[in-house]
Amino acid sequence: MRRNGGQIVCEALLREGVDVIFGLPGGAILPLYQILPEYPELRHILVRHEQGAAHAADGYARVTGRPGVAWATSGPGATNLVTGIATAQMDSVPMVIVTGQVGRAAIGSDAFQETDITGITLPITKHNYLVMHASEIARVIKEAFYIANSGRPGPVLVDIPKDVFTEEVEVEWPDKIDLPGYKPNLKGHSGMIRRAAQMINSARRPVILAGHGVIISRAYDELRELAETAQIPVVTTLLGIGCFPEDHVLSVGMPGMHGMAYASLAIEEADLLIALGMRFDDRITGDTSTFATRSKKIHVDVDPTEIGKNIPVDVPIVGDLKRVLIEMNKRVEPADRLEWLNEVEQLKRDHPSMLVRKTDKLIPQYVIKEISEATQGKATIVTGVGQHQMWAAQHYTFREPCSLVSSGGAGAMGYEVPGAMGAQVGSPGKVVWSIAGDGGFQMTMCELATMVENRIPVKIAIFNNGFLGMVRQWQELFYERSYVATGYSGNPDFVKLADAFGIFGARVTDKTQVRPAIMDAMKFDGPAIVDFVVEQEENVYPMIPSGMSVNEMIEEPQPQEALR
Amino acid sequence: MATQNGSQDGHTITALVEDKPGVLNRITNMFRRRGYNIASLAVGPSEISGLSRMTFVVEGDPATVEQVAKNLNKLIDVIKVVDVSQDHSVRRELALIRVRSNVQNRSEIMQIVDIFRANIVDVAPDSLIVEVIGDEEKVDALIELLQSFSVQEVMRTGTVAMGRGMGPDRAPAPEGLRMRMESGL
Repeated sequence: MRRNGGQIVCEALLREGVDVIFGLPGGAILPLYQILPEYPELRHILVRHEQGAAHAADGYARVTGRPGVAWATSGPGATNLVTGIATAQMDSVPMVIVTGQVGRAAIGSDAFQETDITGITLPITKHNYLVMHASEIARVIKEAFYIANSGRPGPVLVDIPKDVFTEEVEVEWPDKIDLPGYKPNLKGHSGMIRRAAQMINSARRPVILAGHGVIISRAYDELRELAETAQIPVVTTLLGIGCFPEDHVLSVGMPGMHGMAYASLAIEEADLLIALGMRFDDRITGDTSTFATRSKKIHVDVDPTEIGKNIPVDVPIVGDLKRVLIEMNKRVEPADRLEWLNEVEQLKRDHPSMLVRKTDKLIPQYVIKEISEATQGKATIVTGVGQHQMWAAQHYTFREPCSLVSSGGAGAMGYEVPGAMGAQVGSPGKVVWSIAGDGGFQMTMCELATMVENRIPVKIAIFNNGFLGMVRQWQELFYERSYVATGYSGNPDFVKLADAFGIFGARVTDKTQVRPAIMDAMKFDGPAIVDFVVEQEENVYPMIPSGMSVNEMIEEPQPQEALR
Repeated sequence: MATQNGSQDGHTITALVEDKPGVLNRITNMFRRRGYNIASLAVGPSEISGLSRMTFVVEGDPATVEQVAKNLNKLIDVIKVVDVSQDHSVRRELALIRVRSNVQNRSEIMQIVDIFRANIVDVAPDSLIVEVIGDEEKVDALIELLQSFSVQEVMRTGTVAMGRGMGPDRAPAPEGLRMRMESGL
């Protein structure tokens, strides 16, 4: 069967079950685009900027669990993907990116739109390839998908020179993968699992710290079984949110820099910390030398480099979380732990940090609560990065896995719009709300056109405080309120902007308009923007300043007004 | 018995890697990005065609070195990583040392070279080249001694290392290490 390189790429993608590609063409990748009409099963979504393609592929992957696919041309097309690739790498999101490269003969000559994208993305991909012969494409794409979505997932980039797309070869489809240097350890060591179960059975004050790995491994049922059987409170990291229902009696919320005070305190009080698919990020630990010093630690992760990286561990288990938990649950004994659970409840009562202040002003926390109630916690929430992201994590009640999609590790502003677009494409029947900052929204708002063109009905809530809010908060708290380069005095009229794109737009300046605007946006058949003009200098509390310990937590200043 | 895995500042790791373009770059990039220090690096073909073997001498405390080994293993093109304990390995490097010399001191240099079982491989009117094979300490010691004659140039290959007979008399790994190995770390 003779095929050219481009045809092999398309057929290889179909063999991997790909149904959608986010991309933007250019000279070097044109031969691939020109054969796309031969493959109508591959839906191509034309973005307005390649960063949007990468974030959209990422959002798609996070909700479907299948690798997202992005295409871009050489040079600037490829470099525009970089933020999105770094985001996927930091958050373990499976992605396969195909970039066009200048012709083989021109490589290394600084040809027009030549960039060494495999060199650039070396530290931000799980693996990458420069394919120099069409005969390698079938194998490389197969390997790329396997690497991207096995073990600890991540992005894989495949760079293909222009003339390789047009090179004709006899194609051979590999039936197996031969990667002697890549053998993820999934099983988990049985002795360690036994030891962990013993520690759980004898612990008096255990806490489960559940991360993104629970969602990636689809281990929510096993997590729930462990928590309920042994009556262990569950704390979730930002990206772990949704892996355990937040309305469950054992749910203790999110710890860390802007987490719930009681979650951080429960970790401090614990005698055993069961860390599942998380990586002790500095936003969780603060000062590592004072983090959870009273507890023994069990750490389960599929990536051995995460174990012992930031925090010393007593029982390390390398393996796929679902498989490890199935084995562990067989050995965990039922317990009630009433005393400990009462203590945790007392912590919640003493630190009611998640109540929304009662005020007539339009505060962002209230808007999140209203979206949570209006969607009954069943929407997919895609956030940008900053204050609105933390408020969404704090005040939306997440009940389902994959219901929070957020740029965690990379902290990429501008994720909210294209990320939501990808999430919506990946889950067409769901209500997807993009929780956006006015700063992040303006970084990638060009993708509104993509949404209009492709009928992607994302609802966007802009938390418009006229500031780069989180940076402003740091300036207020740590730089004597010196607001250098954080004020956005020239924001556009977002309602008119919506109008220009031919979509729904509404502005909300008053509390009473919040719920009606949310409902109107959801009723509208298509993308919609609600511009919430919120209090400008609202802060996210509690806050553990960077690099400090839970003892230095700043809780919300005692409100003059009563709590709701 | 000496320390678990050699001294704190010179820890040796070998890796069997794919002999493909860019592999060395991937490896050194990982070291750079994670802030690890390579004291020396030697690369050459292995006994298996298509695969190379690298020897790294890495600086850092045991926890850091463990992370280095794990991060090496994480690279797709790295097939096998071996932590070569100093007490159970043969370690060698080759150095070429150009020393300033004249008729008066040549024989004195030759005596030192003999003691080190090194060779003189080139003689010029005002200098000579010494070739020495040994572990870093031996090479360091020779260079140090030759300094009094003025060393003009030094070329070192970097250490290559190989574990001694892997038979049953090989010392068992300490408890902590064994636990990590069992758990797949």
